Amino acid sequence: MGDTEDGDVILELRDITKAYSGIVALKKADLKLRRGAVNVLVGENGAGKSTMMRIIAGVERPTLGEIWMEGERIHLDSPGDAVRHGIGIVFQELNLFGNMTVAENIFATRELTRGLFGIDHRAQVEKANEFLDRLEAGITADTLVEDLPIGQQQLVEIARAVSLDTRILIMDEPTSALSAAEVDVLFRVIAELKAQGVAIVYISHRLEELMRIGDYITVLKDGQITGHALVRDIDTRWIVRSMIGSDAKDFAREVDHALGDEVVRLEDITLPRAQGGYAVDHVSLSVRKGEILGIYGLMGAGRSELFECIMGRHGHYTGKVFVDGRELQERDTTGRIARGIALIPEDRQREGLVQCLSIAENLSLASLGQFVKFGFHIEPKRERSAIAEAIRNLSIKARNPDFEVTSMSGGNQQKVVIGKALMTGPKVLLMDEPSRGIDVGAKADVFRTMRRLAGEGLAILFSTSDLEEVMALSDRIAVMSNGRLIAVMDRTEATEEAIVTASAEGHKTRRMHA
Amino acid sequence: MTSATQTAAAGPATGGSLLLTLMKLRTFIALFAVIVFFSIFAPNFLSTANMILMSKHATQNAFLAIGMTFVIVTGGIDLSVGSIVGLCGMIAGGLILHGIDLPMGYTVYFNILEVAVIVAIVGIVIGILNGLLITRLNVAPFIATLGTLYVARGMALLYSDGQTLPNLVGRQDLGNTGYAIFGSGTWLGLPVSVWMLIVVALGAAYFARFVPLGRHIFAVGGNERAARMSGIRVDRVKMFVYMFSGFCAALVGLVISSELMAAHPATGTNLELNAIAAAVLGGTSMSGGRGTIGGTIVGAFVIGILSDGLVMMGVSSFWQMVIKGLVIIIAVVVDQAQRKLQARVTLMQMAKQG
Repeated sequence: MGDTEDGDVILELRDITKAYSGIVALKKADLKLRRGAVNVLVGENGAGKSTMMRIIAGVERPTLGEIWMEGERIHLDSPGDAVRHGIGIVFQELNLFGNMTVAENIFATRELTRGLFGIDHRAQVEKANEFLDRLEAGITADTLVEDLPIGQQQLVEIARAVSLDTRILIMDEPTSALSAAEVDVLFRVIAELKAQGVAIVYISHRLEELMRIGDYITVLKDGQITGHALVRDIDTRWIVRSMIGSDAKDFAREVDHALGDEVVRLEDITLPRAQGGYAVDHVSLSVRKGEILGIYGLMGAGRSELFECIMGRHGHYTGKVFVDGRELQERDTTGRIARGIALIPEDRQREGLVQCLSIAENLSLASLGQFVKFGFHIEPKRERSAIAEAIRNLSIKARNPDFEVTSMSGGNQQKVVIGKALMTGPKVLLMDEPSRGIDVGAKADVFRTMRRLAGEGLAILFSTSDLEEVMALSDRIAVMSNGRLIAVMDRTEATEEAIVTASAEGHKTRRMHA
Repeated sequence: MTSATQTAAAGPATGGSLLLTLMKLRTFIALFAVIVFFSIFAPNFLSTANMILMSKHATQNAFLAIGMTFVIVTGGIDLSVGSIVGLCGMIAGGLILHGIDLPMGYTVYFNILEVAVIVAIVGIVIGILNGLLITRLNVAPFIATLGTLYVARGMALLYSDGQTLPNLVGRQDLGNTGYAIFGSGTWLGLPVSVWMLIVVALGAAYFARFVPLGRHIFAVGGNERAARMSGIRVDRVKMFVYMFSGFCAALVGLVISSELMAAHPATGTNLELNAIAAAVLGGTSMSGGRGTIGGTIVGAFVIGILSDGLVMMGVSSFWQMVIKGLVIIIAVVVDQAQRKLQARVTLMQMAKQG
């Protein structure tokens, strides 16, 4: 594994323990961050990565343990302390003010002023543009943040962190919304910062990325450090082993089952974009009973929008949706659910769960109509037993279904959203990035469930931006790019190369137009 | 009643520290405290006559607060209820005194029950108006209902040119006597208005727990987008809560004008604020998603008893306002503290169980 003790340590965490009431998120963890290097941190969800970063950023204080910076013990009691020590952070969730311009966001709390004459907006915009150009973001600094797509917002967040001129820069999943080209640019900027002696902390679930840019790697599991090495000495196998304690499980493709008749057919689904062009560009597809169709594409390829059209979220789309050969006349979500379509949205917190309701109430939310007697009275007994069945079927770890849904882990919350969709008794299940934000173990669980449901005769469409996932899970693979359906291939003939090439197709043509 | 309406209550129902239990019961403790306090310091407070008078006053608040609770649970607000009270009282008075003039020279008079139904429909129609403004035209609830507040009050004043409609006894030959029943009638020793409240409150509590639309109210307030994606017709839910709030306000208009046997166009001014205060005191969260009918009713009684008791003690009305305001602020502060404590206790329990 090589000697990992060399290198120039700028910040050291010693024996850090962080206990939240009743739960120990970090147990005596040590971490050394090296100057002029990319320090990679990996681990399953809930392993304690974010807690550790929040401690370094001064958001949380450790219960026990010491923080040393350049041979001196320091205390980080607030985010302000961290900034004073030259620590900057790009959080996983975007922390931008949507109602302000890009420049105002970048210079928030340290506005450029002209003495008593207030904020010098022109200077701010100019400086902000410099940072954005460095990231080749293609954004002008006087646009409002809320007008930008999510990938570009992430770039703004990165630009802000870079502009802080920090000595330690933490990036928590910075590439989750970026296209391949944007990732390349980001990596170039990281290399520049590295050359300037900045210590970069890089957190990501994408192992290829880590292998590409990491220098040192630290693996966390259940709040403890389980591995520390030089990236050049190890391979992805080693990472996975340290992360989950064994070699990667295969994504549950055990039994093959025969496919049935066509259940759902889309014809010419088109959704115009407000800025011109199409978010979904004349897409036609069909899925058979028991089939899993994986839709691969980059962020902004139009996958979510396609699902939303099928679900009746957008009133102004055109095209036809057929279920069991009959065209759907209902254009709203309620009607679509009644006709056997269910969606598991990409953003669990914003569109999947009602946070203040209990686990049970969330599960039965979409299917209350089934338990009704006399047209209005919900029969508690029938509701209870259906909820208990859903919990059992999906092996949701709910100690008490009356607890608030937010008291569960991300993976279990995702299962609640799946359970809610299944309780409506769908024929077609749409899953938008079903593995987003859940850990490896829960992922495998969700994938097994998907295979099982397909085996039971459900038609499943799922979207993902993970190549491995789409290859392992799908019976057929569709590739979308820039709103267009580029290719549909059978799993047996699909290659990773063909998929990646197809996923960039839509962007090429756009550039030619522009 | 509260145990039956804990639909949106947070976290585990059992366990937790003593402090948490005390905080959860704070509205009851407050009710108990004001009753004990005034029975010691206010003369005649515990007399039957006074009790009935106070429960009548509190009833008026409670009606409005029940409607308001549903509205606030969806994340909205209904400022128009006070004006609806005034307008509905005037319409009831007008129907009894003048009937409706038909074009060919006839005048139609209605009996008391018909008057009550028409007035209720007027309240619901104003609710529909609020709902349409909010759902179809995307006006913020605060602004939409502020607008209808002015419109309804103005119409009430226009109706009689600002005059009181006195002496609503009706005429024997027209068959519209007996209007006093809503305000001063009694049945089994309790005022009719209190019976009406019991019916509406039980109905609302049942509705919140056992009817799909009632459950949807909480989902819409908790996370509107998720509710929409779950197939809940969000606009329909919102229409319903404003209609129900308008209906509750119409009932109050009936009760007050019947009690006074006169309709004054300024009746019900500022009642919307009392209703909001009662709902908040009863644990309804202004950000939506949380609230119970039982809590709201206790809240309405705390506010009602507080104001009547202070009057009986001879506290100046200026001080009364100060005290009422402080009580509301304290209620919300305790509510926040409870939520924090609740979260901690839930975490502890999770940790203990594994």
